[in-house]
Amino acid sequence: MDESIIKIESLNFYWSKKSNFKIFVPSLEIKKGEKVLLLGESGSGKTTLLSLICGFLNPLSGSISINGNTINKLSSKTKDEYRADNIGIIFQQFNLLPYANVVDNVLLPLYFSQARSKNIVNKRAAALELFKQLRLPDDIAQYRASNLSVGQQQRVAVARALIGNPSLIIADEPTSSLDTNAQQLFLDLMFKQISENNSTLLMVSHDKSLSNRFDRQININEILIREN
Amino acid sequence: MLIKLSISSLYARALTVSMTVVAISLSLMLYMSVEKLRTSAYTSFTDTISQTDLIIGARASSVQLLLYSVFRIGNATNNITWESYQDLENKEEVDWTVPISLGDSHKGFRVMGTNKEFFSRYKYRGGQSINIQKGNLFEDLYDVVLGAGVAEKLDYSIDTPLIVSHGLRSFSDHDDQPFRVSGILEKTGTPVDNTVIVSLAAIEAIHVDWSTGAKIPGQQTPIEEIRKMDLTPKNITAVLVGVKSKLSIFNLQRWVNEYPEEAMTAILPGAALQELWRVVGVVENLLLGISIVVIFTTLVGMAAIMFSNLNERRREMAIWRAMGASPSIVMGLLMLEAIFIALLSILLSVILLFGTLNILQPWIDYNYGILVNVEFFTLRDIYVFIMFIISSIIVSLLPAVRAYWFSINDGMSIKV
Repeated sequence: MDESIIKIESLNFYWSKKSNFKIFVPSLEIKKGEKVLLLGESGSGKTTLLSLICGFLNPLSGSISINGNTINKLSSKTKDEYRADNIGIIFQQFNLLPYANVVDNVLLPLYFSQARSKNIVNKRAAALELFKQLRLPDDIAQYRASNLSVGQQQRVAVARALIGNPSLIIADEPTSSLDTNAQQLFLDLMFKQISENNSTLLMVSHDKSLSNRFDRQININEILIREN
Repeated sequence: MLIKLSISSLYARALTVSMTVVAISLSLMLYMSVEKLRTSAYTSFTDTISQTDLIIGARASSVQLLLYSVFRIGNATNNITWESYQDLENKEEVDWTVPISLGDSHKGFRVMGTNKEFFSRYKYRGGQSINIQKGNLFEDLYDVVLGAGVAEKLDYSIDTPLIVSHGLRSFSDHDDQPFRVSGILEKTGTPVDNTVIVSLAAIEAIHVDWSTGAKIPGQQTPIEEIRKMDLTPKNITAVLVGVKSKLSIFNLQRWVNEYPEEAMTAILPGAALQELWRVVGVVENLLLGISIVVIFTTLVGMAAIMFSNLNERRREMAIWRAMGASPSIVMGLLMLEAIFIALLSILLSVILLFGTLNILQPWIDYNYGILVNVEFFTLRDIYVFIMFIISSIIVSLLPAVRAYWFSINDGMSIKV
């Protein structure tokens, strides 16, 4: 657990020169296999930080390293490939392509990642096994994503993030649209699978009550300086 | 997988997509209909007369000679004498001749004097012959054969009597020598449909008591006496000519144009038709212009629909990006959709077009004399389809580039 999977140093970012929202992250390090909760209120810059870590956005200065690679130095194409190979992403809601069936949604990252794809012999079987582990119904594979309940959609999103064993899972308030019972079940299943996969989890939430499930919690205000 | 998902995406938006496809198909069908009508009108026009090697008349421009001898529009500047006609007929190169004499009319329809050879020698639409629908060709001096259009518009049938008027808008009738309908021709879609055909002798007969365009006062030759007269014409208006060898056409044309006895002109019907089409080509250009505007409007409409859907689809694009899709793939997906929409639209428009044309073709032919080509996929159609698909890709570039920038800037948060 000593090796870092995310390492940020002197990160500067703003949306545009005219924008008055600027952030600065002096330093942040997350170790491999850690489960980290990033706490913060709405508008505090959590999602922007996740977008930077995922390589969607480019910092003005500083560095973001994932698995020892400084991703903000990579070309756009390499960054996309790197994200596909190493990061599984779970959004707050609307995680799935509504027109595709569940199995196609889950197998989608494998289309873009050779590394994750080669970990799996039978892709469909791997997806069905994840459905079983996440207690999704046996016949869910052929359902259209738009026909699932929100709770089921979030569990399918977990399956999609985990397929092919990416080293880092990033979840942006994945429980915010679930009721309390569904939240607990969802987190139980997600944590179990992430532990079995030996993946690292960085989850964003504003719900402090979730902190006892994580190895570490970070308050965004402690690592990030905002300039409004 | 991308193709499968792209099709699924279109299927999920079936209503919007089908409305788009229907709108584009109708525009495309309109474009192709105009194109088909334009090319068919051209073909029908240039096929008005075929297998006639030369048309000969008094000295005039080729278009003028063609207009009065084939389309019965306007008048001849002069006639040619029967002697000149006989000189021509006796030329070694000449295989057949059909003399025609114009100048009179019946209720607005042109009366043409000719011989029976006309019915076997006059060909249209690449070699089709004129066929008799009812009755017989003229046997008696005062028999007339009507084009299908004349019979239909005037509601004439076999044995209907008719009077020929002198000239085109004359108040003088040849009412002393009434004719009767002996035959009615089948519809040809050519000016023959609107022609009243009599023998050359009949033209001569009705002018027995006429001089310099007016009836000689007090003179009335009895019909029985006229029937006994030599009614060989003194003048004719034009001659349709077939040659034995195509190689001799230009020699014969030169001989006619240099004929010392009187000023004559020989024209090649195909070349003159082309020249005439260029004169009426303004309409063709107008139709072509309309076609281009229709297709342009269609493509702009498709781009507008793609733009209007773009905001709703930003979350979808964010998912693609999160999975590792590059902005170029997101852009490519939109272009792929445009290609699918274009292909579906082409398919539907082809079904609609050929279905409609097959139903309407006989009606268009009968009423307008235009034989619309209903062959599937001419080379020109395929060229139009390929150009439409390429244009669709080009037009979809605008929304696709916008999607590209959305997918770069949105990241994990969509600012709609």
